[in-house]
Amino acid sequence: MMSLTKQELQKIACNVRLGVIEGVYHAKSGHPGGSLSAADILTYLYFVQMNVDPQNPKMEDRDRFVLSKGHVAPALYAVLAHRGFFGVDQLQTLRKNGSMLQGHPSMKLTPGVDMSTGSLGQGISVAVGMALGAKIAGKSNYTYALLGDGELQEGQVWEAAMFAAAKGLDHLIAVVDNNNLQIDGTVEEVNSPYPIGEKFAAFGWRLIEIDAHDFDQIAEAFTQATGGMGKPTVIVAKSVKGKGVSFMENKAAWHGTAPNTEQYAEAVRELQERLAAIEEGAA
Amino acid sequence: MSEIKKTATRDAYGQALVDMGAQDPKLIVLDADLAAATKTGMFKKACPERFFDVGIAECNLMGVAAGLATMGFTVFASSFAMFAAGRAFEQVRNSIGYPHLPVKIGATHAGISVGEDGASHQCCEDIALMRTIPGMTIINPADGPEAYQAVMAAAKLDGPVYLRFGRLAVPHIFGDSYKFELGRAVQLREGGDVTIAATGLMVNEALIAAELLADEGIHARVLNFHTIKPLDGASLSLAAAQTGAIVTAEEHSVIGGFGAAVAEYLSETMPVPVLRVGVEDVFGASGPAAEMLRVYGLDAAHIAAKARQAIALR
Repeated sequence: MMSLTKQELQKIACNVRLGVIEGVYHAKSGHPGGSLSAADILTYLYFVQMNVDPQNPKMEDRDRFVLSKGHVAPALYAVLAHRGFFGVDQLQTLRKNGSMLQGHPSMKLTPGVDMSTGSLGQGISVAVGMALGAKIAGKSNYTYALLGDGELQEGQVWEAAMFAAAKGLDHLIAVVDNNNLQIDGTVEEVNSPYPIGEKFAAFGWRLIEIDAHDFDQIAEAFTQATGGMGKPTVIVAKSVKGKGVSFMENKAAWHGTAPNTEQYAEAVRELQERLAAIEEGAA
Repeated sequence: MSEIKKTATRDAYGQALVDMGAQDPKLIVLDADLAAATKTGMFKKACPERFFDVGIAECNLMGVAAGLATMGFTVFASSFAMFAAGRAFEQVRNSIGYPHLPVKIGATHAGISVGEDGASHQCCEDIALMRTIPGMTIINPADGPEAYQAVMAAAKLDGPVYLRFGRLAVPHIFGDSYKFELGRAVQLREGGDVTIAATGLMVNEALIAAELLADEGIHARVLNFHTIKPLDGASLSLAAAQTGAIVTAEEHSVIGGFGAAVAEYLSETMPVPVLRVGVEDVFGASGPAAEMLRVYGLDAAHIAAKARQAIALR
């Protein structure tokens, strides 16, 4: 576990958001909205919470992470790059022919990616298998999974949730990026998964609810989540889709659209201003 | 005449899992509430701490299997072919096939010979589905002894494998001296007039068909294709060159399955008449297994008839 101040984490997350915008802009496609809403959680996981080694990405007893909402790969890639798994310059190759950074994560191509995902609902099952494997082997490592709130509409999520609780997989921690938006509108408009926390609780999970963009709350949640208790934990993290780029915030249209040149410049300017403000605050 | 021994390939699967489990502490077996029928229940009895039942949730079954495989376990995941290949197709494709994880799918109750349960459970599409997944190995053993060795071979392979087993007890073709070799067709009978390329329980029917044809002076070569993917192209090319006509036989739809794979291969390498015996473009129905095989044309008489047609087209 690395020791970082809140300001340092905010700075990293801001750079991760810049990496998302960079990647998606150069790819002319991709999913900025959910990538931005998940940026803080992913930053905390890879920079503080998880036992991983960028020099040895396949370290046997590392903690595992599954990006069940695989379309926010730009955020995962940006976090892995800034954590040192590969060069930040790689982010510009996102989605390009021959790139190791596929549109959705591939464990075969990208150092630090523990599972290939992209088809919603499947990643959480794999995370359950990983946690079960660690338990059978008597290991103490944790398995983390990040899900979207729209993803909860997939029935497989609940198959996995039921099984994880039935097997008492308390080293499994799922985070729901609850940005309330999916492609066709708000999650309630399309097919409401609410109440999310209560549903997981009814399936036998321990529930923690937080603000996805508050590092104090994120830190507290993961501290609580790793407390054992014989149950898997879900952290329902209330987030803002497009967080950090004002014109993308809370707009379903930014789920899977890349910014044009002016929008790109505006997003970068905004994020750099934010970065400067954090640095000033820290000074 | 002594009684020919019969075993269902699913029984051989269960026994192989038990025997491997005793040797390999990293072997894990998963099922989706069909352990008694798929015969993984035998492993459950022998190694209860390494058996997990996910319940009636085949999509989760495949995902959990994938997760375990990433942790270094040898994982067998079982259900009926209909649900393993059918319901969970996309999980097999994306969570197992795409990352090329060494999950072994033990799919039982394949084909029409499920019998009385009827069309909803008679899976005649699984070979077609699995064949489209890059890197997927597909094994469809002909009898119990071959199934046993196929399971052992699959376990050693560093990649996904789809193993197809039947519910029905089928006559033993192979004895103790048989040596299973993944990806290599087995010639069971020499012949220069036509080749019957068969897989699964149709291999035994192919041997009977060859006898029928021999009575008419037609010498049919019989090849057992236990491995459908990768397909043994060399054996096929040789058979096409030497016999000039091919009949395929499988307990599966004629669309997209083994016969289709043979036709695709030969049409591009050595075009000769290829006639397919299999389930025509129809659903199955309830009835005793042996009777249903006959009703759907999956028998020696039908194979022999196709062989005569194939020779006429030569």
